[in-house]
Amino acid sequence: MSMQQALNRALAEVMTENPRALILGEDVGQLGGVFRITDGLQKKFGEARVFDTPLAESGILGMSVGLAMAGYHPIPEVQFDGFAYPAVNQIICQVGRMNYRSRGKLPMPITLRVPSFGGIRAPEHHGESLEAMFAHVPGLKVVSPSGPNEAYHLLKYAATRQDPVIFMEPKSRYWQKGPVNTGADAAGYSPTGSRVVREGKHLTLVAWGAMVARCLQVAELAAEDGIEIEVLDLRWLKPIDAEGLAASVAKTRRAVVVHEAPRTSGLGAEVASIITERCFGTLKAPVERVTGFDVPYPSGDLEDEYIPNIDRILYGIQRVLEYRRG
Amino acid sequence: MADVLALDGTGRAALAGEELRELYRLMVAVRHLDESAIRWQRQGLIPGYAPQLGQEAAQVGSGYALDMSRDFVFPTYREMGVARTVGVDMVEYMSTHKATWHGGLYDPKASRFAPIQAVVGGSVLHAVGWAHGQTLDRTPAGELGVAITYFGDGASSQGDVHEAMNFAAVMKAPVVFFIQNNGWAISVPTERQVAGGSVAGRAAGYGMPSIQVDGNDVVAVTQATAAALAHARAGKGPAVVEAMTYRRGPHSTSDDPGRYRTLEEERTDGGEDPLARMRARLLADGIADEAFFDEALAAAKAEEEQIRAGINALGPRPGTEMFDFVYQEPTQALKAQASAWREESEHV
Repeated sequence: MSMQQALNRALAEVMTENPRALILGEDVGQLGGVFRITDGLQKKFGEARVFDTPLAESGILGMSVGLAMAGYHPIPEVQFDGFAYPAVNQIICQVGRMNYRSRGKLPMPITLRVPSFGGIRAPEHHGESLEAMFAHVPGLKVVSPSGPNEAYHLLKYAATRQDPVIFMEPKSRYWQKGPVNTGADAAGYSPTGSRVVREGKHLTLVAWGAMVARCLQVAELAAEDGIEIEVLDLRWLKPIDAEGLAASVAKTRRAVVVHEAPRTSGLGAEVASIITERCFGTLKAPVERVTGFDVPYPSGDLEDEYIPNIDRILYGIQRVLEYRRG
Repeated sequence: MADVLALDGTGRAALAGEELRELYRLMVAVRHLDESAIRWQRQGLIPGYAPQLGQEAAQVGSGYALDMSRDFVFPTYREMGVARTVGVDMVEYMSTHKATWHGGLYDPKASRFAPIQAVVGGSVLHAVGWAHGQTLDRTPAGELGVAITYFGDGASSQGDVHEAMNFAAVMKAPVVFFIQNNGWAISVPTERQVAGGSVAGRAAGYGMPSIQVDGNDVVAVTQATAAALAHARAGKGPAVVEAMTYRRGPHSTSDDPGRYRTLEEERTDGGEDPLARMRARLLADGIADEAFFDEALAAAKAEEEQIRAGINALGPRPGTEMFDFVYQEPTQALKAQASAWREESEHV
């Protein structure tokens, strides 16, 4: 099934299992969301549990805080990542802090779904990489699925947590299909930590969201030249799975982090730092980053120049493989 | 003030003598505690405080109208009088001003009084969400729990307040928007803050009823709030109460009102003291005598002494709590930081 279907199914199951779960946002009801992730859910669960709000993102998040205080588990959607900015005050000052402010008496079990990242040639504010901003905020957790199976399991897990989770859906992957283990097949699947999606011994590519698929392509190409690349889907951007990272890099002794977000103070820096702390002695080269640039997310025509493409990732890999100590 | 009177405030039975005496007792307790808190700050017992001198009638009157078995209060940082009226533990409340814990040490769930809040428009939206939750719970009309959200003329400039009023009106959420228009947003007067001069006046645009009430008349405030609560409780949606009052003191103990208003202006604009006014009324109606006033003050002093002792006895919070309350399910990274903190602190 597609990632869109996997997310829809996960939401339906969460809503069935938890009668206190609510879906709210702009157009999530009859329309089923602009990406149809909530398609049919209002019909299934009623207008009280799946409801459209006025067009106001701060309102959606602020209302979710109050609903959580009243004992509900809100699953709000902001329609596009760039529209999370108007809600940042509520996300940072309220969602991320209420548990702390109230000494644990007012938990914020809010799962904020954010269609994220670029790659669909959308207009301004319809493609942004906000993960570093959210990951920097105390009290929040951040996760991003890379494919349908991940989407299904990570959303089901996130939406049953007692802490707020920013769920970043790679919108360019919504219609990609893949096998999804549901029901009994799901046994033994762990939705926590990172996941090695391809084994390799020469270098670890660390990625999340839509960049995982691209890194797999790169690994495929590199394999033709006899370079065996391990691809690590980081999945959780907060908390980052330091153990998983270290285990992979301890094996390959080289790493390249790939992300769409601007380079400066991006999560790549955090990943590189964790690797350095844990694997410094065994590293054969400094950790490289292949990232977006310190520019606003460009318009569709320039998107391919901005988002790390296969050539740029290969070049990054080459820099690491050919590194010689000065 | 009659141009925005769209709620029928006459529905509530006239307050009985004992209720009027109780309102006075509460106002004296609040006034005395408030003045004491300023002294405590000067004496170094607490690092800072946001006085509410002059707003006793607005706070006590509105708080008194609430049904704390089902309603829920969403305050900012200047609602000590409301907190005292609805029975929040005052030592735990003052712990915020002691810098012991953001949001206070009281249990907001048990107290039905949300944590103290500095981003003043933020909690207005929380009230709407909580109130919508009451309708989702399918509480029958007439028995709905009502969220009352307190904010000022300054907060009313924030976009969240518009979003909250619009959401509440669209969803018919049982919310009372209680505005204490105290004339000042720190140094900026209402006329430079509120276009049109009235927050209640905005309610019409959202199709909500509103009352603008003399915020220095505790009986009028009680009745206006009761009318708004009744409206919301009946499932008719939100309502606005704007209590016109005056912040007689500084914004906070760090503020210097002399930079933006004169003492003469304070005296003139502040109008009649809400306490003196209630006292005169009780005397004139023969509901209370000097002995009652003395008794009320003595009780307030005894209470203040207890609270002061409680605050004095508040030790610092254990450092581990810095980490303990970030998440319900703490991350490994945070646990590691907590251990590192312990190791580094003990090492020194």
